[in-house]
Amino acid sequence: MKVLEINHCNKKFGDNEVLKDISLSVSEGQVVSIIGPSGSGKSTLLRCATLLETMDGGDLNYLGDYAAKADESGKSIYGDGNKLRDIKKHFGLVFQNFNLFPHYSVMRNITEPPILIGKRPKDEVFAEAREILAKMGLSDKEDAYPFQLSGGQQQRVSIARALAMKPKILFFDEPTSALDPELTGEILKVIKDLAAEHMTMVIVTHEMSFARDVSNHIIFMDGGVIVEEGAPEEVINHPKQERTKAFLGRFEQ
Amino acid sequence: MGIAEYLNIIQQLGEGMLATLLIFVLTLVFSMPLGLLVSFGRMSKWAPFGFLISENPLEVKGFHKWLGSFKPIQCLAKIYISVLRGTPLMLQLLVVYFGPYYVFGISLNKSYRFIAVLVGFSINYAAYFAEIYRSGIESIPVGQYEAASVLGYNKYQTFFKIVFPQMVKRILPPVTNEIITLVKDTAMAFVLTYTEMFTVAKQIAAAEKTIIPLFIAGVFYFIFNAIVAYVMEKVEKTLSYYR
Repeated sequence: MKVLEINHCNKKFGDNEVLKDISLSVSEGQVVSIIGPSGSGKSTLLRCATLLETMDGGDLNYLGDYAAKADESGKSIYGDGNKLRDIKKHFGLVFQNFNLFPHYSVMRNITEPPILIGKRPKDEVFAEAREILAKMGLSDKEDAYPFQLSGGQQQRVSIARALAMKPKILFFDEPTSALDPELTGEILKVIKDLAAEHMTMVIVTHEMSFARDVSNHIIFMDGGVIVEEGAPEEVINHPKQERTKAFLGRFEQ
Repeated sequence: MGIAEYLNIIQQLGEGMLATLLIFVLTLVFSMPLGLLVSFGRMSKWAPFGFLISENPLEVKGFHKWLGSFKPIQCLAKIYISVLRGTPLMLQLLVVYFGPYYVFGISLNKSYRFIAVLVGFSINYAAYFAEIYRSGIESIPVGQYEAASVLGYNKYQTFFKIVFPQMVKRILPPVTNEIITLVKDTAMAFVLTYTEMFTVAKQIAAAEKTIIPLFIAGVFYFIFNAIVAYVMEKVEKTLSYYR
């Protein structure tokens, strides 16, 4: 089953074409990593998929539920606010800079969205939040505020916040880029654990060996297009395109 | 002057103090929410003729460009703020008080004096509060809005649950400044001869030919503001549980 499908996505900022006719589909249980140099459009693609940016052209659907459909000319026509908020229940996003709510405790960060937006019973949400926190090794941080946590802990809380909404697919936008090198390991481990539980994920990352280990599909983007995609072994170890080789070559040194 | 006369002055000023306190509290009650409304207007991006420039924003020029980017609500709020910040409060009080008579020929009874004082102070302070709120709201990182959006918060939930509480914490120091200024500005109600503390002090000083009442009035204001500063510091402390 396809969880996410993007067809012929185009996106311009002014005269700058950031995404050119990108198509992407993610099946249930699949882990897709998107790699590429900065400015290649990978973050913009993620922001389009999570409705933080609007596509100029193309389709976007989750589980067959359309957020945007292209008209005859190819222009994206988006659903109304209620429709889009409904679709947001299908996915979660983990930001590079965590974006936790600083005025809420860890527990409230995790539990308010399912209670307020998901309209789910409090007891159930709290019990589940405790379970997720235990899995993240943060059981003792329930009442802490974000500023009292390390970057790695904050990022784990933000993963917990996304998971509490029970998304069908989870996006990660460079989840370790704002962390000290010694803290990236704990986040990568959490993502690996999620992959082992068959969580559907799309990860934008600069961690090549991690991308190779955790994903079943790798996409290399450059200049707003998908240059090469395929199984991790092929793309990372035996790239066919010159641009992919050049990009990966820089990481090996 | 004997001790009895001092006590008499303090008692009369104390009564005036009640009027001062009433102006102070009611002005805050009205101007703080009104300021929020004005700040929303100031940040409004509603452009009814936006369709003129939405297709090819770079190619539209001249009048069409101006009309396309014209934001009527933002424009009104800007005019409101610039007029009320740009003219003396004392003049505004006089206009509010005498305006209905000189402009519309409506004669109002004496109790209108109190209403005029409140209206004058409230619309003036709302302009300052509006800009303070705006500075607070605009200082909230865009990531907060994005996180709320992805989690499915609507505009109102995002504002009242996420943005507003963080804004309040950030604007406390400038708001304290405004409140302290307001305590002293209440003295300006004397131009409408509304009998608050300063008016009383001046009357006694003139009648008794002594500067003592003015001095005591100063002490009253000083104590009042010391209390305001203390309370606001407490509020800041209670909100310091997060960063």
